[in-house]
Amino acid sequence: MTDVVLRAKECDIYYGSYKAVRDVSIDIPKNKITAFIGPSGCGKSTVLRCFNRLNDLIESFRLKGKMTYHGQDLYAPDVDPVEVRRRIGMVFQKPNPFPKTIYDNIAYGPRISGFKGDMDELVETSLRRAVLWDEVKDKLQESGFSLSGGQQQRLCIARTIAVQPEVVLMDEPCAALDPISTLKIEDLMKELVQNYTIIIVTHNMQQATRVADYTAFYNAQVVEGAGGKVGYLAEFDSTEKIFSDPEQESTRDYVTGRFG
Amino acid sequence: MTTISGKPDDIFDAGSLKAKKSSSRNLFNIIMTGLAGLCILLALIPLVLVLFYVFVNGANSLNLDLFTQLPPPPGSAGGGISNAIMGTLIVVAISTVISVPIGVLCAIWLSEFGSDDTSIDEYVRFGVNILAGVPSIIAGVFIYGIMVRPGRPGYSALAGGVALAVLMLPTIIRTADEALKIVPQEIRWAALGVGASKYQTVLKVVLPAAIPAILTGVTLAIARAAGETAPLIFTALFSPFRFNGITEPIATLAVLVYNFAILPFRAQQELAWAASLILVLLVLLTSIIARFATRQKTY
Repeated sequence: MTDVVLRAKECDIYYGSYKAVRDVSIDIPKNKITAFIGPSGCGKSTVLRCFNRLNDLIESFRLKGKMTYHGQDLYAPDVDPVEVRRRIGMVFQKPNPFPKTIYDNIAYGPRISGFKGDMDELVETSLRRAVLWDEVKDKLQESGFSLSGGQQQRLCIARTIAVQPEVVLMDEPCAALDPISTLKIEDLMKELVQNYTIIIVTHNMQQATRVADYTAFYNAQVVEGAGGKVGYLAEFDSTEKIFSDPEQESTRDYVTGRFG
Repeated sequence: MTTISGKPDDIFDAGSLKAKKSSSRNLFNIIMTGLAGLCILLALIPLVLVLFYVFVNGANSLNLDLFTQLPPPPGSAGGGISNAIMGTLIVVAISTVISVPIGVLCAIWLSEFGSDDTSIDEYVRFGVNILAGVPSIIAGVFIYGIMVRPGRPGYSALAGGVALAVLMLPTIIRTADEALKIVPQEIRWAALGVGASKYQTVLKVVLPAAIPAILTGVTLAIARAAGETAPLIFTALFSPFRFNGITEPIATLAVLVYNFAILPFRAQQELAWAASLILVLLVLLTSIIARFATRQKTY
């Protein structure tokens, strides 16, 4: 593998006393698209949200193990989560533009992080990179809500890359979109991966095969006596290997559609 | 036509689909609908009558002098209620300036910074609900005890404003709290996701999204406060003169109506009607503005 940007080492994730994910170790390679697949409730999104410390918002959340970004411990006591999130951006399942103009949606992030350069130019570049510029260049002062779902999601991607993060986390970015918008987002991801490292959570296995260089298969396991399920990383390899010749039986069953 | 098994279809009688007006179910339906309609009419009668009565009586005494002149001495005719109109605006302005920042900040704390495991915010919400149920005269007596009674500064526009602020607070806190809670969680995540701090998220993203709904709450609170009489009698008192600083007693429309309507002089009674009309119009206007503000809500 190439450079490792994010690394999880023997991570257990708890909500209160409930163990949601156990023993995840994974290396996320630089400038590649890594897909997280697996059945519902297997902890894909939970792990994803740990990488930019968004789980901090849940009070009962606790992480055991180590997560590093270029070797720096993400959960060291002197780490500022705001700094983490500026470098590790996030795109969510439901398009969630700010209730602001299209322009301000993009400009908000750079503005609060004290961007001093030419804002108009940054807005244009970000929108161009998100392949949205041609559709919105004449209505930058209109509300972000005036766009269609697919456009809103590309706006959210443009907003994320405007703060120039190194990593973009995508939590089922196409779940609420139609097939054409989905393809546009996927093309966009392939375009973006030249400059960014992307992790995408998806329920759509075709999507993983279309865009991802590496694929991590998460599975869930019933905990004896506790009545709950705990997620774990079952297998992580190149997408080709996962989908054609996986090591694990459960991976093969999942990618061939036998369960999940 | 035959069924799948080849039998004629008379085994299942489809029957007529026409409505049977006389069936007990339909009769009950019609009666209950009629009853509900009647109750709506009954509920609207007082509203229409009150407005009608105030308009008819008030419109007669409407003239330009109302807005420029002071009330005449008891017994003599003419004059206006300019000081009371001014006074109501000033007292309400004072109460708004006090209650809006406190109320909105309190709501922000409740909705954005309160802890997940309830405790304190639940107590605060409970307290706010209790405060909302406190009779307005109690708010008046309370401020009287603190700011007015012998040995304290005495009757003043300021005391009146504070008393009204006490009444406005729960409305503002509750509506602002609700307004903030309606803002989707995803927006907060998005803001944090592009590297905003908690404070930047709340101030620049969440609050602007909730502003229309908060404004509605504020205008409704203002509309209610403008019509309050009881707390002002104890605090702002009344004054036949023009506005003389916020530490002096001040005339307000509501107290003017209370004072003048029961006087045995025709001129004063007419002024009371005119004041009622202007007060009703003011409250109506603010309510309409509130309606208008909600229409542009974000979520």
